[in-house]
Amino acid sequence: MATRVDDEIEDAVLDGNAVGGLLASSFGADMTAIPGRCAHCNTVSMIGQLRAYTRAPGTVLRCPVCAEVVVRIVETPTSVLVDASGAAWLRMDRR
Amino acid sequence: MTLAAGSAPPTRPSPIAWRIASVTEIRDETPTVKSFTLAVPDWPGHRAGQHVDLRLTAQDGYSVERSYSIASEPERGSDVELTVERIEGGEVSPFLDQVVIVGDRLEVRGPIGGYFVWESSTTPTEALFLVGGGSGVVPLMAMLRHRARNGLRNPARLLLSARHAEDVIYRSELEALAAAGDGFELVLTLTRSTPQGWTGYSRRIDDRMVAEVLEPLGSRARCFVCGPTALVEVAADALARLGLPADRIRTERFGPTGT
Repeated sequence: MATRVDDEIEDAVLDGNAVGGLLASSFGADMTAIPGRCAHCNTVSMIGQLRAYTRAPGTVLRCPVCAEVVVRIVETPTSVLVDASGAAWLRMDRR
Repeated sequence: MTLAAGSAPPTRPSPIAWRIASVTEIRDETPTVKSFTLAVPDWPGHRAGQHVDLRLTAQDGYSVERSYSIASEPERGSDVELTVERIEGGEVSPFLDQVVIVGDRLEVRGPIGGYFVWESSTTPTEALFLVGGGSGVVPLMAMLRHRARNGLRNPARLLLSARHAEDVIYRSELEALAAAGDGFELVLTLTRSTPQGWTGYSRRIDDRMVAEVLEPLGSRARCFVCGPTALVEVAADALARLGLPADRIRTERFGPTGT
């Protein structure tokens, strides 16, 4: 049975578009339209399609199909730490 | 301006730098929603569907950032319009609603996003199906303004959900666009109350509604869905079940961080 807390967490789920500004400022280019492969289930999604859990000390991006963690992002005063160990690959076009 | 021989060409302004924008106009859209026009220096230009980050900083250095979709079409250039719904208990939207006046300056970064974007020049004749809930209509409005500004006549439909009739953002502008006879149709659904004589939908968006509104456009339509997470899930799942290819369905969820 879904609890009220579950509902609130579900309501709080955003998508990768929500961290587009943070990623663009870190990587120097838009990242929301780049595809990546989930290392857990092999689904290819664009960053903008990943589920974003932003109400935490960092941001967690999960696969929309298997719900496993694909990317974690933590900001500190001096750096942005991106753990992409849940992605088998990310493909960026040459500019 | 003249360039000396051998000097570097002017560089394109970066979309990711923070800029100080001035508020040039504030307009009431509904009792809880206002549109703010910002004059942004060195605006690099944007595409319909993109957003900006807005940063407020207190005197003690505490700062908060929120993302807001751009409502204005790219053709309006550096007069960037944002439409913001006041969320009770929020940190940013009540400030924008109650404190900010014309002439104030705000820090913005953008445009941001390349996923939830529609450019009329790439698919000028393709059918367009837009589904929005509440202030999820904002990036969809940028697409419709962009479409109208370019004189497109491709079939286009907006299915828009709101609680009450008075909560429909841009209602008069949307009705004027729909009356222009250029192939755009507006379909409203009101989920909490309906005015007397209402003949439109009066329930939350569901599979059957999506199927009925999409039907004249066919299953090759390009779809953009923006709203609260629950609405986005229902509409995107319905579109997938109706046989639309996944690469034609683009979604954007907004929620409590957008307050």
